[in-house]
Amino acid sequence: MILWTVIGMSIVTMLPRLLPAFIVDRLEFRPWINRWLSAIPYAALGALVFPGILYVKEGAPLVGILGGLFALILSYLRLNIVLVVIGSIAFVYFFPG
Amino acid sequence: MQEHAIEKKTSSMMIKRGLTAGFPLVLSYIPVAIAFGVVAKQSGMSIFDITMMSVLIYAGAAQFMGVNMLNVGAGFLEIVIATFILNFRHFIMSFSFMNRLRHIKIRRKAPLTLLLTDETFAVSAIHKEEADQEKGILFYTALILSAYIAWIIGTIVGALLGDVIPEKLSESMGIALYAMFIGLLIPPVKKEIRIGLIAVFAMLLNGLFSQVVSSGWAIVLGTVIGGASGIFLIKEEEA
Repeated sequence: MILWTVIGMSIVTMLPRLLPAFIVDRLEFRPWINRWLSAIPYAALGALVFPGILYVKEGAPLVGILGGLFALILSYLRLNIVLVVIGSIAFVYFFPG
Repeated sequence: MQEHAIEKKTSSMMIKRGLTAGFPLVLSYIPVAIAFGVVAKQSGMSIFDITMMSVLIYAGAAQFMGVNMLNVGAGFLEIVIATFILNFRHFIMSFSFMNRLRHIKIRRKAPLTLLLTDETFAVSAIHKEEADQEKGILFYTALILSAYIAWIIGTIVGALLGDVIPEKLSESMGIALYAMFIGLLIPPVKKEIRIGLIAVFAMLLNGLFSQVVSSGWAIVLGTVIGGASGIFLIKEEEA
């Protein structure tokens, strides 16, 4: 039964997500731990982008790199994030090859 | 009476802001979810099972992996353990998010953690000022729920209609989530270059670790160890 596997996958995904809600309230962190935890979003964003972006197009890491640079330029120019996403899709779509 | 009206106004404003912040996420999720629905349907799964994957697991990479493993006849335990490893990064993310939402009641914030993905976490965490604003929880709830609904609808559309997106376009859409992550990262980096350093550390560590351990652990280690550079790089008032 596939559904049982899905439920098993659900439990091991949901528990780690839920647990911190109950742990964090019981703890009082020192300032350096708070700084660490505030850095997690930025670190996560970095780790989520690289090296994964190299595999946007199988066997053509350049497509991901240039698409990422294009997104970087668009967001540096303060474009709305929706336009950054659409612009990067268009960039990869029209990329030769 | 008047107070009540003001409260209602604040609530609906927060919900609107949450939907606006969540919109790029909805936009990027729909094509990915459609792709998932298509792939899962082609592997022979029923529409019910496919939908349940998106409803109960709600983690893109793990769902694709699950379909693959079911396809090659992997066992229950094997799939569940691989899923745990792949998704353990959400524990770290939830930890950071819950530390931000400290003063919000547990019964309001605990349900949100269940829907914490890489993307909903990233967007929520970048919008950190709402955590301290009145009715801020509604901002995060609207943001996170809209993404979840988009993911489920996209999945069903993909499973029902099959390949509705031309192959070249869906291939190009592979950049969407990365573009969104970059678009989230750049504004804070422009304000504070040390934030960019934290991200670059995490990238390099993830690249390094992914040579030796599975991609799930590599992201966990890259995030936790890369994030530790924040102990030195983040200023007290930013924490």
